[in-house]
Amino acid sequence: MSKGDVIIDARSIVKRYYIGHPNELEILHGIDLQVREGEFVAIVGASGSGKSTLMNIVGVLDKPTEGTYILDGVDVMKAKDHELSAIRNKKIGFVFQTYNLISRTSALKNVELPMMYAGIRGSVRRKRAKELMEMVGMGERMYHTPDELSGGQKQRVAIARAMGNDPALILADEPTGALDSKTGRMVMDIFHRLHEEQGKTIVLITHSPELAEECERILTLSDGMFIGERRGTGHAPS
Amino acid sequence: MLLLENIILALNGVRANKMRSMLTMLGIIIGIASVIAIMTVGQSMSGTMADSMNSMGASNITLGVSQKSSSTETTAGGMQFTWGPRKNTMSDADYLTDDILADVKAKYPDNITEYLLTESIGSAQALDGELYANISITGANNESIENDDLTILAGRTFTEKDQQGKKVCIVSDYLCNNMFNGDTSAALGQTLSVMLNNVYYHYTIVGVYEYDDSGTFSSSSAEETSTDFYIPLQTAFDQEHVDPRYSRVTVVTSNDTDVDAFMDQMENYINGRFYRNNESFEVSCSSMTSMLESLTETMNTISIAISFIAGISLLVGGIGVMNIMLVSIQERTKEIGTRKALGATNASIRTQFIVESIVLCLVGGFIGIILGIGIGYAASKQMGYEAYPPVNAIIFSVAFSMAIGVFFGYYPANKAAKMNPVDALRYE
Repeated sequence: MSKGDVIIDARSIVKRYYIGHPNELEILHGIDLQVREGEFVAIVGASGSGKSTLMNIVGVLDKPTEGTYILDGVDVMKAKDHELSAIRNKKIGFVFQTYNLISRTSALKNVELPMMYAGIRGSVRRKRAKELMEMVGMGERMYHTPDELSGGQKQRVAIARAMGNDPALILADEPTGALDSKTGRMVMDIFHRLHEEQGKTIVLITHSPELAEECERILTLSDGMFIGERRGTGHAPS
Repeated sequence: MLLLENIILALNGVRANKMRSMLTMLGIIIGIASVIAIMTVGQSMSGTMADSMNSMGASNITLGVSQKSSSTETTAGGMQFTWGPRKNTMSDADYLTDDILADVKAKYPDNITEYLLTESIGSAQALDGELYANISITGANNESIENDDLTILAGRTFTEKDQQGKKVCIVSDYLCNNMFNGDTSAALGQTLSVMLNNVYYHYTIVGVYEYDDSGTFSSSSAEETSTDFYIPLQTAFDQEHVDPRYSRVTVVTSNDTDVDAFMDQMENYINGRFYRNNESFEVSCSSMTSMLESLTETMNTISIAISFIAGISLLVGGIGVMNIMLVSIQERTKEIGTRKALGATNASIRTQFIVESIVLCLVGGFIGIILGIGIGYAASKQMGYEAYPPVNAIIFSVAFSMAIGVFFGYYPANKAAKMNPVDALRYE
């Protein structure tokens, strides 16, 4: 796959929830979203705009009611349950607002987790997990459990974990939402580094216009539809 | 690989929630421990019996006079009454005599090697001024003494001449400790006074044997221990002023005798010939083999009863495990969602929780096994048996704990596996 190929190709995505027979709730009204490899895209919107629903669909955690979605050449609509697991495992790296680290196991084990589910051998994944921890600047605290880490440290572990299987797409849902501005800045810098140095495709979901401004392309979501698209700076403010 | 990770994870979980895990495992611990304990005791009992069978000779048959099973009729009212003149105490005519024994030996010369004859006189004290020793006086023929396999420390056993009614005795080294400062050679030739039923009897010591206290449980100290005091058989009968007669005789059979078949044969012969007209008593045979069989049968019945109780305990334990697994899954909904987002398949989530349930049950099972062996060993020792570990029961317990883990873990694990990742991630 060469630079510039379409990684996310979602067309006419509709998501409807049925709450009792006559009432149905349409959250997304036919959304089109294309993201090319190496892009750093922000999706912004107020709460209730359908951001989370869209992120779940893009992250293959949920299937759209209507529409087509091709992720990195794989037709998500036709995939079975275990194939969806494999797609999440190998093609997507999740970074959550609440970190979602597994407590009781070390930070290093957390980073190993996606590789473990991919069936990578223990010694190989340990080596890679250590490299990733070094990369996010957490080489010193690899054996600490999540309880012993600060928010910013947790989120760095989560980013290392998202990188485990070298996914085609990093999907970050309000990654700085629970952090103060200083540590939030540090986390954003890591995303920029991944984007610039490794050419990672990143989709950042946020409600903060300042963070969105740092991305290359900003899509604004409102009431389940994209209402605007503009270009951002593509790098951290100096 | 994933399995090992799951096991480590599950063990960490057990360790992190010690109290909760312990309470959950309690049913399993109690169930397994009770089964293992009773099996250990049973195994030790039959193991010890088998050991002593070999030393005492599996080919020995005990011939005993016993009451006839009552010939009863049931009346319309359901009352039972015995009919015919019956009595409970044996009179001279009911005993086995030397004549009967000689006749039986003549009938089966190839099967019967010898008779071990004893006459128990009772407990008494050997006295010498301030000094005393507790004894239990037994008249025994030479064959019987030989069969007891005594270690003679000084002197000799009885001669044929002694057996004609001489007032001699063989005593234990314990007696010598009490009365002769442990000097066994000094005891030889000494005459002991024995007080029995307010009458003094006097015996000359001809031999000292080494008292074997292994395999018997006694709460009394060495000084107070009652040891066997052998006198010649005829001497015993003389003292009781009766002709030689026996209510119990040990028959030593030849090596090529089929003990079980011969037992029936001999029993039928003696009863047909000598006890046909005896309304109250008959002769019955038993061997160590048949005793062991009936003991094993009893043990099996007890085992089944205990196992049933243990089964209920295990069932309750299993439900406890299921309950705690459901709670644990509820608590860890977000973790399950995260794992699914990171690429865990339904199968790997299911495996994770089933392994956790199995580990919980296995840890409980192991604690139960150790506890059960401990209790079983202590009980066996207390009852004077050599303890044998019940290997089969241990293997079975491990397998059974795993089975409980799988059975009661499947439903919660499956519930976890089927969680919708979006809902699970959103769960707080």
